[in-house]
Amino acid sequence: MANRSNEPLLWALFSGGGVAAAFLIPILLFLYGLAFPLGWLQSPGYERTLELVQHPLVRLGLFLLCFLSLFHWAHRFRFTLYDGLQIKHLNPAINLFCYGGAVTGTVVAAYLLWTLP
Amino acid sequence: MKPSTAYRQYHPKWYRTRVSTLWWSRRWSYLKFMLRELSSVFVAFYVVILLLQLHALRGGPEAYLEFQEWLKDPLLVVLNGISFLFVLFHAVTWFNLTPKAMVVRLRGKRLPNLLVAAPNYAAWLAISGLIVFLLMRQG
Repeated sequence: MANRSNEPLLWALFSGGGVAAAFLIPILLFLYGLAFPLGWLQSPGYERTLELVQHPLVRLGLFLLCFLSLFHWAHRFRFTLYDGLQIKHLNPAINLFCYGGAVTGTVVAAYLLWTLP
Repeated sequence: MKPSTAYRQYHPKWYRTRVSTLWWSRRWSYLKFMLRELSSVFVAFYVVILLLQLHALRGGPEAYLEFQEWLKDPLLVVLNGISFLFVLFHAVTWFNLTPKAMVVRLRGKRLPNLLVAAPNYAAWLAISGLIVFLLMRQG
């Protein structure tokens, strides 16, 4: 047990996040980042959005999207720095930044979704 | 007891060719790999936007209106446009991984890559359609 690596778990989160991000983020980013601000489509207002997000399944889905996507980023970005820029001497700091950031974002997401009216 | 291996204090360095830091800029396929890896930054960027949206939603109608106005900032529109392209790139490369990871045979013949990846695209279309329907539905 002593030498068990947590790499498989991190890789599973990376992979799960890859799936969640691929299926959900393009359309959401297209709508909220481009179509609604530029007036191509009528944006659903506050009431409608809140009503949707209040649904337990939507809450759970959004939580999983945040959680998995952030760990996807953490894992991939870590290796982008490792392979792409060959920053190896800063490994502990990079790991702390990536996985620490992912954990923080996940906690914030859980808090926001949990305390939503 | 004598150690079975003799250690030399000054171990000669192994020969390793130096790889330039910009090794990935030399060839299109390498650059594509780096861009694909970088797409993860834009995935995280979207999550931040989503968290800000949830925060605004918690703040009430006025805070949400302010958030929506903020999204109209030209700088943010450009940033979101770039992010959208990267996220799209992530999705396409991710879906095309399926035929690379598994070989599907039908009556002894290997199915073409496009057919193996097709269910991903179908599910993508269905999920995107469902989200548009939920958000645009009246009442």
